Formats: sequence, structure tokens, C-alpha cells
Amino acid sequence: MSKMHVSTTINGEPMEFLCDAHDSMLDALRGPLGLTGAKEGCGTGDCGACSITVDGRLVCACLMLAVESEGKSLGTIEGMSQGGELHPLQRKFLEMAALQCGICTPGVLIAAKSLLEKNPNPTETEVRFGLAGNLCRCTGYDKIVRAVLETAAEMRGAA
Amino acid sequence: MTDTRYLAPQTLDEAVSAFAAAQGAARILAGGTDLLVQMRAGIARPGLIVDIKKIGEMNRITENADGSFTIGAAVSAAALADHPRFGKVWPGVLEAVNLIGSKQVQGRASPGGNLCNGSPAGDSVPAMVAAGAVVTVQGPNGRRQMPVEAFPAGPGKTNLAPGEILVSFTLPARPAGSGDAYLRMIPRTEMDIAVVGCGVSLTMKDGVCTAARVGLGAVAPTVMLVEDAAKALIGSRLEPAAIEAAAAACRAACRPINDKRGTIAYRTKVAGVLLKRTVAIAAERASRS
Repeated sequence: MSKMHVSTTINGEPMEFLCDAHDSMLDALRGPLGLTGAKEGCGTGDCGACSITVDGRLVCACLMLAVESEGKSLGTIEGMSQGGELHPLQRKFLEMAALQCGICTPGVLIAAKSLLEKNPNPTETEVRFGLAGNLCRCTGYDKIVRAVLETAAEMRGAA
Repeated sequence: MTDTRYLAPQTLDEAVSAFAAAQGAARILAGGTDLLVQMRAGIARPGLIVDIKKIGEMNRITENADGSFTIGAAVSAAALADHPRFGKVWPGVLEAVNLIGSKQVQGRASPGGNLCNGSPAGDSVPAMVAAGAVVTVQGPNGRRQMPVEAFPAGPGKTNLAPGEILVSFTLPARPAGSGDAYLRMIPRTEMDIAVVGCGVSLTMKDGVCTAARVGLGAVAPTVMLVEDAAKALIGSRLEPAAIEAAAAACRAACRPINDKRGTIAYRTKVAGVLLKRTVAIAAERASRS
């Protein structure tokens, strides 16, 4: 069977790629699109390492078919810094050492950004529930949660 | 698996003909949170994937003129949560839907898929049963409707006829003094499969319960409507004896399995406990509506 042609928008840029009908969006990102920031942890939607946004909605790229991205607007970790400037979440994660091995970090950052866009002033509980779909085996989560709360406070102050 | 075809029709008729023509080799794709996992594990090898998300009716949440809601089968949990009115009218259904997986999963997963997956432990199903939802299905022989509790046929099995597709849920209009709630028991705080799930919908008038429905999940081969529990509540003022009678009816309805998540004895006991707690929340909501 011949490959399917897909036109989509990723981090604001129009992109095209070829895929098989059964390829996941994660396969397409990490393969033909060369965007390897989204990681494959479990491949079953449990770990959140492949978190991206699709038309503003947080999803696991491993649970979406690549062909479904036709005409959609996707956001990945590669689009999080703007003009060489780290997003406040990225900066705070570095400052507060909210990562160790880094495999989960792109997914955590995308999920945290999505959370703060919906709720700029979350409680600790809301952060923990909001990030429950992102597994991290290094940090014990505490540093991640504190970095997200600190970033939220900083972003509210700047707004 | 290289011979999989993908189709994203714009109309329901097109989806139904393609799905029926594939004679069992096709799978419906809504959120894909079950289907993609099954494909990856090699459990599902569909020759055709019919993506229903481009069909208007499947993707719509409508508050009808009579106060009822119609929810398309492909509407995601996140879209339902974003609706300005749905969660105010049916907070119990929404809280059940919002317990399905993580935020990422909710971005795609649909109550329609939750029902079609046929799991006895699907979180949205007992709440839909309590709500008195009616489902519309369409197949090669046209459309029909059935109460949501008539849809599951056993673990992983539904009463969809060959070629039929779930189209939508319709939740009835809410009389004043109504409230619903859903609680589930899991060993963790988040992201787990229900050991017991309980949905309750009540209508109260002058302190008396005038209507009640109770849905129980994860304690039998299918999610079920517990009519005896509702009977114990209707006509009562939700006094302790009535609630205990409803809890006893829930325990009596249980036909659970032993597994790593809970024993038969534990699930049966918890079904009664959850009924009491869920009734309390639904009654409190009814008093404010």
C-alpha cells in the first residue's frame, strides 16, 4: 500500500510528511519529521513522555494516528522556547533542578504549560492531578511540582 | 499490518456503509486511546480504520430546547469538560468522565469509546446509567435507540449488531431538585481502574425523593442498573434506613470477580459504602439545583 500524504502545522510552521495508516503521531514526529523531543516511554498512553498539543488540546502522540494530524495545529517541545529565549517553565526547571535524566521532561513541560494556560493559579493538588499523566522515575515529583508552582507565581507577577 | 486503510468520512451514512462493508475487519476510531494500544499490542489488526471525528453529529454537544443533552459518540472528555453548561446540569456524569485516565488521555478519549470498549469498569458508564441516558446507534438497517444499560453485553462485548455504530447519548431534561454524582474506589489517588464504581441520580421534592437511578460498575460482567436500590430510595426522605436498604440492594446485585484489584467480598462491601457516599453527594447537589 502506498504511503499517505499529510499536511499539518507544527509549532506554527506548515509541514508535510508521508506515513502508513497505522503509524502513530509519535512515529511521524520522531521519524520523517525529525522532531525527537517527544519521547517514547510506554507507547500506551500511560507515561506522558510523548505529550504534545493538538489544536491546543493536550494529548499523547503515541495514542494518535499520524494521519489524524491532517489540517491540525500541533505544539511540541521544540516550539516551547521562542527566539532562543527559554519558556519560564524551562528556565525554572533548570534553576530548581526539576529534572534528572530528562526523558520525561519534554512531556512534563508541555503538560505543565497546558495546565498553566487553563489555570494560571493552581494549587499544589491541582498541579499534582494535572501532571498525573506524566511519570518520572527520578525526581519523586516534588521538585517538578515546586518548579511549576514557582513558575505560575512568576508568570502571574509578570502579567 | 501494512495493509491497514484509513478513512475519515464527513457523513454518518458514509461511515456506516464503509464500516458494514468491511464485515468485521474495520474498527471505529474516536479518541483511539484503546484502539491504538490494542493495535500496538497486536490484539487488533484492523483492515480499515474509520475515523468518525469529522462527522458533525458525532462531534457535537447539544443542549436541546427541551433541556435534554445530546453528546456525539466522538466527543472527548476534555471537550465535555469545556462545555459551559453540561457540567452544571450533569456534574456526576462529568466527574465520571473526568476520571478516565490522565489529562492527555482525556484530550482524546470519549464517553462513546468508554461505552463501546465494553469494560465492566468503565467510569463513565455507571454515571450514564444513573443519568438515564439513551443511546442512538446506526447501522445498515437504519437507526435505533436503547437505554445505555442495555448496550454492554459482557466484558469487551456490546449489543451493537454487525455494522452498527454508536452515534450519540441523549441525557433527559432535569427537573428542579435533581442532582447526580459518581464515585469510584481505586487503590491509588488517580489513573487507575475502578474496583467499584457507583453513579447515582436523584430528584428531590419537599424533602422526599421522587426519582432515583443507581448504576454500578466493576462488580458484574457488565455495568448495571440497580433498580432495587432506586426503589429503596424513591418515596423516602433519604433517612438512614432507606439508604441502608439501597446499599443492601447494591450488595445483593453484585456478581464480582476476585482479581488483583479486589476480592469478591471487598467489592461487594465497597458497593454498599459507595452507594451511601454517592447518594449523599447527589442529594446535596439536588438541594442546590
